Amino acid sequence: MSEGLEAEVKTNPQGDPITSAPAAPSTTSTNGGRKDPHSDAKRQVEVSPDYMFFEAPREREFITGSECAKEAVRRSNVDLSVAYPITPQSETLQLIGVLYGEGYVKEFYRGEEEYGVMSAIAGASRAGVRAFTATAGPGTLRGLEPIVSWAGHRLPAVCMFTCRVVNAPLAIQPDNIEIAYLLQSGMIVFHAENQQDLFDFIMKAFIIGEKNDVTLPVGVCCDGFFVTHARGYCSMPDKGFKLPGRDVYRGAVPVLDAENPPARLSRDAPVQKSNFMAYNIHAVWQQEVWAGVERSRKYIEHYMDGLLEAQDVDGADVLLIASGSAAAQSREAVRQCKERGIKAGLIKIRSLRPFPTAELRKLCTNAKLIVIPEFNYVGWLAKDVATAIYGFSKAKIVAGPHVYGGMSMPVEMITDEIECGLTGKKSNTVPPSAIMGVADPAAVAEFMKSI
Amino acid sequence: MDLTKELEEAIVAPGPQGFHPPSAAELGVLTPDEGYGLKFGHVVEEERAMEAMARTMFTRKNATIFPGPLVLWAWNDHAADKAKAVLELAAEIPDVLIIPMPDYRPKYPKVEPEEAINPNHPNLTIWGNKIEACIFIGVHCHYANLTLKMIRAGTNCWTSAVCAEQGHEDAMFTVRDSDATKIRRVAAIFKRVREEMGIKLPENGLNVRFTGLQSRVHDGKTHTNPLDFSMASPVDGNAAAFGHKAEHMQKEA
Repeated sequence: MSEGLEAEVKTNPQGDPITSAPAAPSTTSTNGGRKDPHSDAKRQVEVSPDYMFFEAPREREFITGSECAKEAVRRSNVDLSVAYPITPQSETLQLIGVLYGEGYVKEFYRGEEEYGVMSAIAGASRAGVRAFTATAGPGTLRGLEPIVSWAGHRLPAVCMFTCRVVNAPLAIQPDNIEIAYLLQSGMIVFHAENQQDLFDFIMKAFIIGEKNDVTLPVGVCCDGFFVTHARGYCSMPDKGFKLPGRDVYRGAVPVLDAENPPARLSRDAPVQKSNFMAYNIHAVWQQEVWAGVERSRKYIEHYMDGLLEAQDVDGADVLLIASGSAAAQSREAVRQCKERGIKAGLIKIRSLRPFPTAELRKLCTNAKLIVIPEFNYVGWLAKDVATAIYGFSKAKIVAGPHVYGGMSMPVEMITDEIECGLTGKKSNTVPPSAIMGVADPAAVAEFMKSI
Repeated sequence: MDLTKELEEAIVAPGPQGFHPPSAAELGVLTPDEGYGLKFGHVVEEERAMEAMARTMFTRKNATIFPGPLVLWAWNDHAADKAKAVLELAAEIPDVLIIPMPDYRPKYPKVEPEEAINPNHPNLTIWGNKIEACIFIGVHCHYANLTLKMIRAGTNCWTSAVCAEQGHEDAMFTVRDSDATKIRRVAAIFKRVREEMGIKLPENGLNVRFTGLQSRVHDGKTHTNPLDFSMASPVDGNAAAFGHKAEHMQKEA
């Protein structure tokens, strides 16, 4: 296909014309009468992160999560992206390939498999460029070793995780168990509820992760299909704007080993392979990675309006704490509870790492019941919440309801748990072993009189 | 506030803190906002942190400046100017040692503590020279943070960090955004504090003390004048020869 024809026929993987972004500015450069496929990208204007996120006028589009990711990358001044297909992520990086054709991403290729992709992202980020990739489920686990090395190497790459079942048995359906692994990786981890979150979180991830005192990778997670393949409203600044490029010489580490030219490909010799290491070199290195996670809090506060979002929590007896798609279901559960006279509120957690421990301790002080719906078996969020608020809240904590393996979560599952939690009625979905703490019976009785 | 009380209330207290103390971040200490510094883990106006650095460097044994790659290599004019400012700071501290951190590679097979300090085993240089106070300057933040954590764990050295970025919470004292101008401000505060304390510099200007190895390299001389040091040209024999362009590092200004 010729360049000119390729530029004119822009379609998504389903063959539909791409309509996800505002129309390009009217002026176009030409090359022998043909439109330069990179002309729009070349005319992008660099704006400050604060302008991009808070001040630039936005237009609302009804698009899929994959298209939101594409539009975020379009505006993020990304230097390199490496792709390897896996459902439900494949469409996203296919769309990034379209951006490459349009000149918005400078380098793009398909890797051999996820280990190779994540290693290539490491090399690119270490060389100083802004790098983006995405994967899902088994791909996440296949790439996990290099992914976990990113934090230790202080590489501020951004990876989108479109969570799905981890085999076996083979399935491609939604399930966010893979986040449990990412939480211990030293990377910053955000969990997007919907298409808008995905768009915003990806762009902000680059800016937050590249701050000098952070210099860490960011994982932007969403629940596959529910977000990637479903359409939702997304407000976006004009595609004529882009974020400033990565200012690599402000990083916490030198680019490659530039202080010792010519650059060595391995920045650090293996620690603890020599008798001349301090005994605790690797230990303080890990401390430093997690200190970087802590330092990201102030930037998350600034750019993302906090690590969590609290809705109707003042005076609430029941708190739903959720992240990702479970937050959407919980929001509806809160609405239904209100109709039934139950004082319920929602805490949606945006940032899983760093975790909003102090915020939760404050918000959960007076709650009588906390219900934590999740789209996975193990209940990683409930464990984090219980650990965070232990000793700071007397609430009964219900680690559930959980759905997994591709199931959806009817709102009734959540409202039923609220009812069971308040009345002591036996739950049909949450086992007694998943219920932590017992509220004061007298307080529960008093509460029951009011509804 | 007297020093005893300050030490009692210190969050990031001088070491040795033990086998494996928590990081400052784990203790709830994070980098300061613009215009502020840290003193024992508490946010203070940056001038207070600078004064604390000065008193420490004037009163504790074998005070040492550890310059890192960002001021050791003539990346560009700004880096060279910063290096000059570091020497001006050194010129305010009587009998100060200067031991470089030229790179971050573990040294193998032998560590020479009188030659350099290294983030993988900084304690050896501290112990080897019995250093009780130091200033890190021009070290990339990640490696400075590793170093500061290890020094606090295993040595009795009081650490200061003059940082071009956001500062270092694991140092006892730190200031941030330190370009050449701010380093010169640090030097001016050192001068004021030194005069207030009645501490004099040698009249011949030879106030930087060589380590044993440095002395042997310099024909047995024991001291030198930091302001006599001649800087290499930013264009010759430096990173530019290997394809690095000046504008890369100028962003740091």
